[in-house]
Amino acid sequence: MENIITVEGVCKSYAAHQVHNNLNLEVKRGECFTLLGPSGCGKTVLIRMIAGHDVPDEGRICIDNTVVSDNATGEYIPPERRGLGIVFQDYAVWPHMTVFENIAYPLKMEKRPKDEINELVMKMIDIVGMKGLDKRLPSELSGGQQQRVALARALVADPSVMLLDEPLSNLDANLREEMRFEIKALQKRFGITVMFVTHDQEVALAISDRMAIMDTKGNIRQIGTPYEIFEQPVDLFVFKFMGIANFLHVTQKGGDYLVGSGSQPIPWEKPQGGAASWVAGFRPSDVDIHREGPGLKGIIRRANFLGATMDYMIEIDGETLRTELETHTAINNNLMFKEGEECYITFKALHWFDAEQLKEVEE
Amino acid sequence: MSYIRLINVTKKFGDVTAVDNLNIEIGKGECFSMLGPSGCGKTTTLRMVAGFEDLSDGEVWVGDRLLSSPKKRHYTPPENRNFGMVFQAFAVWPHMSVYENVAFPLRLRKLPNAEIEQRTKDALTATNLLKSANDSPADLSGGGKQRVALARALAINPDVMLLDEPLSSLDPHLREEMRFEIKDLQRKYGFSIIYVTHDQSEAMALSDRILVMKLGVMQQIDTPLNVYNNPTNKFVFSFIGVSSFTDVHWQDGKAFIQGSDHALPSGLIVPDRMKGEETFNLASRPTEIRFTNASDPNGVRGQVMRKAFLGEIVDYLIKIGDQEVRVQIGRRDPGPEVDEVCYLHFLRPFWYKVNE
Amino acid sequence: MAKNTIKKDSGFGIAQLILFISIAILVIFVAWPVLLILFNAFFIDGKFNSLDFYNVLTEPETFQALINSLIIASMTTIGSTIVGTFFAWLVTRTDLPYKTFMKSLFLVPFMLPSFIGALAWKMLLSPHSGYINKWFMATFNTAEPLFDIYTYHGISCVEVMYLFPFVFIQVCGALERMDPTLEESARISGAGLFTITRKITIPLVMPSIMSGALLIMLYSMAHFGTVAVLGIEQGIYNIPTLIYEKIHQSAGSFESIRTGTVLATVLIVSAAAIIWAQQKILSKGHYQIIGGKSFRPMELKLRGLRYPLLFFCLAYIAFTILLPTVIIFMVGGVETYGLPLTWENLSLDNYKYILFEYDVTRDAIFNSVTLGLAAAFITMFAGVMISYVIVKMKVRGKGILEFLGMLPFSVPGSVIALGVILAWSGQFGINLYNTVWIILVSYIARYMAFSLKANSAALEQVHDSLMEASRSCGASMWQSLKDIVIPLVRPGMISAFFLIFLPALRELTVSIMLYAPTTRTIGVAIYTLNEDGETVMSTALAGIALILIVLGQMLINHLTKKASE
Repeated sequence: MENIITVEGVCKSYAAHQVHNNLNLEVKRGECFTLLGPSGCGKTVLIRMIAGHDVPDEGRICIDNTVVSDNATGEYIPPERRGLGIVFQDYAVWPHMTVFENIAYPLKMEKRPKDEINELVMKMIDIVGMKGLDKRLPSELSGGQQQRVALARALVADPSVMLLDEPLSNLDANLREEMRFEIKALQKRFGITVMFVTHDQEVALAISDRMAIMDTKGNIRQIGTPYEIFEQPVDLFVFKFMGIANFLHVTQKGGDYLVGSGSQPIPWEKPQGGAASWVAGFRPSDVDIHREGPGLKGIIRRANFLGATMDYMIEIDGETLRTELETHTAINNNLMFKEGEECYITFKALHWFDAEQLKEVEE
Repeated sequence: MSYIRLINVTKKFGDVTAVDNLNIEIGKGECFSMLGPSGCGKTTTLRMVAGFEDLSDGEVWVGDRLLSSPKKRHYTPPENRNFGMVFQAFAVWPHMSVYENVAFPLRLRKLPNAEIEQRTKDALTATNLLKSANDSPADLSGGGKQRVALARALAINPDVMLLDEPLSSLDPHLREEMRFEIKDLQRKYGFSIIYVTHDQSEAMALSDRILVMKLGVMQQIDTPLNVYNNPTNKFVFSFIGVSSFTDVHWQDGKAFIQGSDHALPSGLIVPDRMKGEETFNLASRPTEIRFTNASDPNGVRGQVMRKAFLGEIVDYLIKIGDQEVRVQIGRRDPGPEVDEVCYLHFLRPFWYKVNE
Repeated sequence: MAKNTIKKDSGFGIAQLILFISIAILVIFVAWPVLLILFNAFFIDGKFNSLDFYNVLTEPETFQALINSLIIASMTTIGSTIVGTFFAWLVTRTDLPYKTFMKSLFLVPFMLPSFIGALAWKMLLSPHSGYINKWFMATFNTAEPLFDIYTYHGISCVEVMYLFPFVFIQVCGALERMDPTLEESARISGAGLFTITRKITIPLVMPSIMSGALLIMLYSMAHFGTVAVLGIEQGIYNIPTLIYEKIHQSAGSFESIRTGTVLATVLIVSAAAIIWAQQKILSKGHYQIIGGKSFRPMELKLRGLRYPLLFFCLAYIAFTILLPTVIIFMVGGVETYGLPLTWENLSLDNYKYILFEYDVTRDAIFNSVTLGLAAAFITMFAGVMISYVIVKMKVRGKGILEFLGMLPFSVPGSVIALGVILAWSGQFGINLYNTVWIILVSYIARYMAFSLKANSAALEQVHDSLMEASRSCGASMWQSLKDIVIPLVRPGMISAFFLIFLPALRELTVSIMLYAPTTRTIGVAIYTLNEDGETVMSTALAGIALILIVLGQMLINHLTKKASE
């Protein structure tokens, strides 16, 4: 597939703080691409440079086969001529204009005829589920409705790419879930390329065709489909960032890797490679818990009933891990443990990581 | 055994009844949660126990002390109730140091200086604040501020601790941590807790018993597991966790999900009390449904509208007739793809009348 | 997408031009006059001379004025703080009846210019001819007046009456926004209401009390009107009145200008110190006391004191607002000052005369209205531009503008007047002295602070993303300014306009130093007519001014209400 956005060798600093150093990125036509990273990693800076609200110190950005910003030649296209739709974190819906006027604004800027504007806007209002609210002012709308206006405004002029900068983080949990499905549905319906920036891994997993994981220093660690990122993380940072992660420290004795300072070997194939010391990483769902062995013997330190799930904290030879179990399954299989009880665990999956990486990430 | 007693407690604001004839008995050392959506009267109830709101009717007792009774014209002001209380917005005094905040209630009780110092230090130690004793609360994080509030409430060694959404101003990670800390403190000091929250998983994790309220009326009082497993009504079911409701109707003696051509399978038995209803609801939780095959007598036929990989779980929206059902399965469990026809096994179906 | 590309602009662009114009405005109108004052205070014949500065300062007359300013300002500040805090507490933390109405009533003193108030009190309580004193001496057959208004106490009392709302507003705001659980948690800890007020509530609103108090201190130190009306008779001068006396009496001699600049320097330094202290208190001591869930705060039940306290509040308003206003309108209606205030003696003749026949007052009204409108227009637009650069633009050299932008807040009126005289009297090529233009120039300098404050507040509400959104929708920078930014700051601009127009209408401190026979403003006319013994005409004009002010205020209320709908 053809690239619609390419970012080549982009560097950006604010005063002494370097945000990006030689960043390269490609977004393909028609896909939903997510840039996922912790807050302060520079993802918003990147999206502002693509939109044209900021200029790179070095490097080149192309959109739709046109160079929009190139430090080598000094070329720069201002934001209003880049043909993008943007949705901001704080909605940026203009408070002095009605829903209709907000959505009609991009079309007015293109000087489209009045009845065409009218038709397109009303159609758009209908698509985002705001029928009958066209004469309302933003102050009379809920947060979710304002976000819909922002989406409609970004889509109405049929842009080649829609950029979304943390569009869901001001919404409450239920609405966030609803809106992420709606954004995905709109993307499919319009067949438009979406570049989405977020720090919420669940949103990224739910919405993306491909995603890039950025670390706190602004480096991209991995690019891939949600499944690849979740199941085949390239390093510990990506693994930890994508959800609840357990890490067990091990001591090497003979050919075995023993949990913590105890004598139980990890029941999994041995690590390959040359790290000095290793940690075993796995997710709560990678663990099976049993009343009886075989498996690693541990003690339930904390049993937490959370409604649909049971949450256990288990101690094995001085190391702790967390695992979750569906309440229904727990009840049916006699796995409702009490604090202080013994249990045995086995693994369904496990990743070995260099222990140095854990230290790095925990800093 | 019951220690705190609310007898026929009612609160009216003008014509609006905020709390309607509530009867609660809470044991000594029990952690009791009041759970409900905003405006259900849980906070008003707590404030009546604290003494910040008058009762319109009823009585509040702690042990053998009558605290409020409009009929008997009795009212003990909050300052004489000897409770600890923690508020949502922390309410630590920014013009006093952490130490002074915690010592304040002790100073009011005119205790000897040595005792004030000892008890303040104990409370600060219990909340891991001894290092920050001389700091200004303004320099602490949200979690730190809430610890100061806890230490201040602990210092007087109260019999009853009132907690008004104490964790909802904190970020999710911290919220979980503080939840365990509150539980640990309760074990150590043995006070009773009345805990107000709108977050069901918080109430589940913390409480011995839960009161679920709606519009000022008690819906259910029971242990967390029983509230989850045996909700007394539709409201309680829908308030605890994610839920789907589908409309079901009778046709020729068979039950059909609205808009579906396929009758409910033989394995899914509709209880007798729905027999007289024209339309009723089949309720389910997303984690209590499994995918099965066409030959399974439990299988309800549907079609996959949406499938989202969320990491640990895979989230489905299934259309049955013109109704929608949410299903969540583990990431390793086999599941159908979008647009495919699928069969659902409702592991724990709940049945409700429409206007229940 | 448009295929044409443009070069990234570098060097001198439109942003730099706007910055340059903004800096120029502030330098010409504010910084330059202030610099001239400092220069004249410290340099003689181009040489630095601090000894002479000291000598002037220690002359008995100047030193006494300094002391007087301090005494009056201190008494006023203490009095206003007590009165303002007490009433604020009363309307926010007790069950006083009709609280919202009482709260708006306590803001009415803002509308009454204090020199008009002073004029009224002079007629009521001057030792021998004041109506109250005359009545008292006649009734009780004594030669001792009840109260002599021509004293430090008298002056301070009158200032307190009209300045306490500064504290009242600040403290009310803080008490209303304060999270009630801060007080409730003290209560559940075992504290009674009295302890809570002493240990929790008062300490928490202390920064607001202090900031209001400092505002009053600054205002009173630099206040001309009340001291001029009530003090001069007994020889009580403060810094602004002495500056006026020096400049006015000695017709611009070098010696008097020098004394003026030295006194003005003292004012500048104290103003800067007060502003600095206020910033310090507000930034460091300003606690985050705004809460989440809001309940009604605890109210002290006044029980038996409810109605007596309500009566006390009403009596206070009646005594400080109603009585002076009534006396103004009545004295304005008699033929000559001193006649008994009976129905037969009252008529509208004076009002007709000053409105339609008397040149001095007709000119004054015309001058004040046109000057007010012009100053409001110019300052409003200049303020929008300067605030836009400060709040929104990323351009090198902005720091200078931010510093200059602070200046208008800390330069008192009499300093501006003196600085403007130094700058625009011909020494630098342009002579505006004795024309209306010099008054206009000084009004712009004096009210720039109001405009900057209102406009930056409005601009800060306009989040950057609103403008970026319109750029992304295809609007150019100018188009975005026109469609998005200007409509959104319009309420700020309108409020800036009225914040300037209304005070300009009643301005006295600056105009009194700059007026010529044909360029009197309303304030000047009231003051000079009174000085010349035309008490009745002066009072009638004051009555007209009050009517204008009330009408203006009603118009603002109407417009802001409409804007918020």
